[in-house]
Amino acid sequence: MQACPVTEKRILAAGHCRLTLKAPVLVREAYPGQFVMVYMPDEHRHMLPRPLSIFALDRQKGELSLLFAVKGEGTRLLAGAITGSVWKLLGPLGKGFPALPPKALLIAGGMGIAPLVFLAASTESPRTLVYGARTASQLACPPEDLELPGLKLIVTTEDGSRGRKGNVTDMVYPLLSDTEALFACGPVKMLQAVVSLSEKYKKKAWVSLEERMACGIGACLGCVVAGKKGYSLVCSDGPVFPAKEVVLHG
Amino acid sequence: MAEPGLKVNLGGIELATPILAASGPFAYGHQYRELIDFKNLGGLIAKGVSLEPWPGNPPPRLAETPAGLLNAIGLQNPGLTYFLENELPLLKNYSPRLIVNIVGCTVDEYAVVASGLSSEGGVDGLEINISCPNIKAGGLAFGTDPALTYEVVSAVRRQTTLPLLVKLSPNVTSITDIARAAEEAGADALSLINTLSGMLIDIEEKRPLLGNIFGGLSGPAVLPVALKMVWQVAEAVSIPILGMGGITSAEDAIQFILAGARAVAVGTGIFYNPNLPGLIKEGIIDYMIRHDFSTPGQIEGLARKGAE
Repeated sequence: MQACPVTEKRILAAGHCRLTLKAPVLVREAYPGQFVMVYMPDEHRHMLPRPLSIFALDRQKGELSLLFAVKGEGTRLLAGAITGSVWKLLGPLGKGFPALPPKALLIAGGMGIAPLVFLAASTESPRTLVYGARTASQLACPPEDLELPGLKLIVTTEDGSRGRKGNVTDMVYPLLSDTEALFACGPVKMLQAVVSLSEKYKKKAWVSLEERMACGIGACLGCVVAGKKGYSLVCSDGPVFPAKEVVLHG
Repeated sequence: MAEPGLKVNLGGIELATPILAASGPFAYGHQYRELIDFKNLGGLIAKGVSLEPWPGNPPPRLAETPAGLLNAIGLQNPGLTYFLENELPLLKNYSPRLIVNIVGCTVDEYAVVASGLSSEGGVDGLEINISCPNIKAGGLAFGTDPALTYEVVSAVRRQTTLPLLVKLSPNVTSITDIARAAEEAGADALSLINTLSGMLIDIEEKRPLLGNIFGGLSGPAVLPVALKMVWQVAEAVSIPILGMGGITSAEDAIQFILAGARAVAVGTGIFYNPNLPGLIKEGIIDYMIRHDFSTPGQIEGLARKGAE
């Protein structure tokens, strides 16, 4: 466990926060798709550390960024962090994404953008990121922050308030013929749609899953997802799984 | 003054410190090897082992509550054979004293698991989880009925010469009746409390939050309940007590010992601070120095003497 000072906080669109922390040891080892457990400061009231995907790394500065929506008490406390305050982090944890092949298609729905930005930034070879949300204010990561070398970005909202109008799957379908493999993170319904497209068009697919956790290291068995051979642990068998190995329930 | 000794004897098990890792959160310990110093623990209670593998409950299995944790893991475990072949050999290497928790759906299952664990070296004691539903009694938990408690504890007693702990459920009308039944059936010590039964509802989805609907509540929220039950049971039996329920500090642990516990166990508390055993050890030593105690045994039940 490492004590990590906050170096920058940015409150983004309504209810979204980006926190950057100094964590040199953690940053040295982390790769895309992994997560950290963030321990709460008022530990007697909030017993459990919060699992958050690594959103971005600056390996030279030894800093990592977390992007999250304020959804409950833990994320509210975290969004209230001030620069210089020190938070205890455990990580990097879990099994992340495999290395991106050329012609990778990255698909993010809502907060699912968090691990995919780290993944998208891991290479400069041609790749596409489809980033969708219900409406513009739900695009937690400002699309103008996603200008990365070699990355084709397609932004979509269901109400058309930003980017193309439609849902993520509508955008994915026409891209499949020129795609090597899919990498997705987002709401379960979106993941189910992506997985069924990948099966229909015989493309390899990986999904990053979210589940409530207590330990984050594979001990407490609290964060299971059903698989073909019984339950798997989201924290230590995942959070990234080959799509064919898990059964997604909404 | 020299540092006070922390040794205690829990029903025949010599412990280097009166601090144990409770059954469940620690699993079989491996995951915590880099996070905690096992030397601070007197013992580790391995997560419940059943005869056959148990798959556990559907997700979600966890929810945080104010100062608490609601869980319905469902006693997921790989079964006796896997445990003996794959987990026990590793556990022997680093566990201070090893107590294995056993679970079952029938009296026979408990007995077979107890027998299997007793025939292997490296196990220092058994802890019977009597909160499991008894399939032959219509799903009534063994631990809610003195006669069923007596039946399952005596069946296990006949299979093992190892020190035997019985873990009591707080979800009963009279915990002292259950405690006496366990003692009469041959228990060497009692562990209490297990989690308090509870539930939560997701108001947006309009359905229970846990996949299993009901779960067990642990964490600081349950501490006063646990402490009271340790107090009551200490009055009712003469065998030692392993106290647990929401311990997150040395002060919490000392309260349990003052109420009559011989030793304490931490569970949920390690989720927020894996170094909790070390913290408790330091705090107990400091308390013993300040109050001039040379062994934890001198603290045991002391608050009761003042109240009598």
